[in-house]
Amino acid sequence: MASKISVSNLDFFYGNFQALHSIDIEIPEREVMAFIGPSGCGKSTFLRTFNRMNDTIPIARVDGEIMIDGKDINSSKTDVVALRRKVGMVFQKSNPFPKSIYENVAYGIRINRLHKDKSDMDVRVEKALRDSALWNEVKDRLNTSAFGLSGGQQQRLCIARALAVQPEVVLMDEPASALDPIATQKIEELVVELKKEYTIVIVTHNMQQAARVSDKTAFFMLGKLVEMNPTDKMFTNPDEKLTEDYITGRFG
Amino acid sequence: MERIIDQSLDVLRDKLLLLGGATEKAVHNSMRSLVERDSELARKVTDEDKFINKMEVEIDRMSIEILALQQPAAYDLRFVISVAKITPVLERIADHAANIAEAAIVLNNEPEVRNYVDFPRMAEIAGEMLRSALDAFTSEDADLSREIIKRDKEIDQIYDKVFSELIEMMIDNPESTTGAAHLLFVAKHIERIGDYVKDICELNVYLTEAAFIKHKRSLKQIKKG
Repeated sequence: MASKISVSNLDFFYGNFQALHSIDIEIPEREVMAFIGPSGCGKSTFLRTFNRMNDTIPIARVDGEIMIDGKDINSSKTDVVALRRKVGMVFQKSNPFPKSIYENVAYGIRINRLHKDKSDMDVRVEKALRDSALWNEVKDRLNTSAFGLSGGQQQRLCIARALAVQPEVVLMDEPASALDPIATQKIEELVVELKKEYTIVIVTHNMQQAARVSDKTAFFMLGKLVEMNPTDKMFTNPDEKLTEDYITGRFG
Repeated sequence: MERIIDQSLDVLRDKLLLLGGATEKAVHNSMRSLVERDSELARKVTDEDKFINKMEVEIDRMSIEILALQQPAAYDLRFVISVAKITPVLERIADHAANIAEAAIVLNNEPEVRNYVDFPRMAEIAGEMLRSALDAFTSEDADLSREIIKRDKEIDQIYDKVFSELIEMMIDNPESTTGAAHLLFVAKHIERIGDYVKDICELNVYLTEAAFIKHKRSLKQIKKG
């Protein structure tokens, strides 16, 4: 499978603190890659380098190379807005805009001028809501406030919002950690469904979740990539003792 | 700090070893009851088979509980799976021992068919293999497990020899047919025990190396088409 994201020798610093140490990893296209590791291991920081979300932190500095579709995203020529359109993101806490359900999804389409006219907009909003498995639950109340949705629905709305601008990669940072088991299951089913069209990278503390949804799993510790392997291998017979200790709960 | 799962895994290991010990004893005593024509000992073996069945159910239940409640991964997962798969194998070995004991009860009421020269040797090898297989499980010794697997051939060779001898006996001496037929079954039971010990050894290798060595040759042939 071709690599969608190719990272080599990546270092990342917050001021003097080095958060990531010479990371090399290949993330294949249309697969789900899970990042696991203890809190503070750098997995979220690493995830945020893929759409340069760390640019918003003044003291952050990155060395090394991140290629997406063969292009260096940290090059001065990179259009960061276009990058973030291509590499969408969903966060731990759902953060819908204080607008209607429809407008939440339409917003990105509108500011990116992706639609031809009103009916094209309707089609795009519907597709995004269908792709995020939310359409049937909201189609009769598209013009009501997004805040009226349950936590799980709000999170799927945020996924719809990310999908609306036709990204190729979707980054998910603990997308289900604040949800109940049923809403979590829906998000997980969605992740598996979405990989048919998108490359997905998901950060999760829930190892069973990583085991259920991902094709490959990468384990991070103290800013280093300890091991990356197919998920079934990772959870039955990891190569590294550190990985074994972590996934069997020998340290927290 | 000890993990919650460690306690469960220790109990599971102890239960499996208890079952293993009881199975070893059943195999040993069933053969003794035959060779020494001790029907009382044979009845003890068949009686004790119930406890072995009970232990099997207990281990099954506990393995499922650990999988459901503690979601083991990596080595822990392989351990629970290995125990859950070794358990019914031990129970079946004990069933064969009980069958040998039942045959002994019948044979002990008949005139002695012949000297069981090869049977004790065959059973001895099976018993040694079983004991070593359980040791290899405890010490997680994959190399030893591979060595034990090779010994199954010795049993098979004796089985072939015993089989032809008993057939000859039936032809030469028709009144020995009933007894010889029972002995044929006994030989088969021991031969099967050897096969089951092989299964245990294959699971030992899975536990230690996460490698599937079972049916390796036939799987390769399937791959080749």
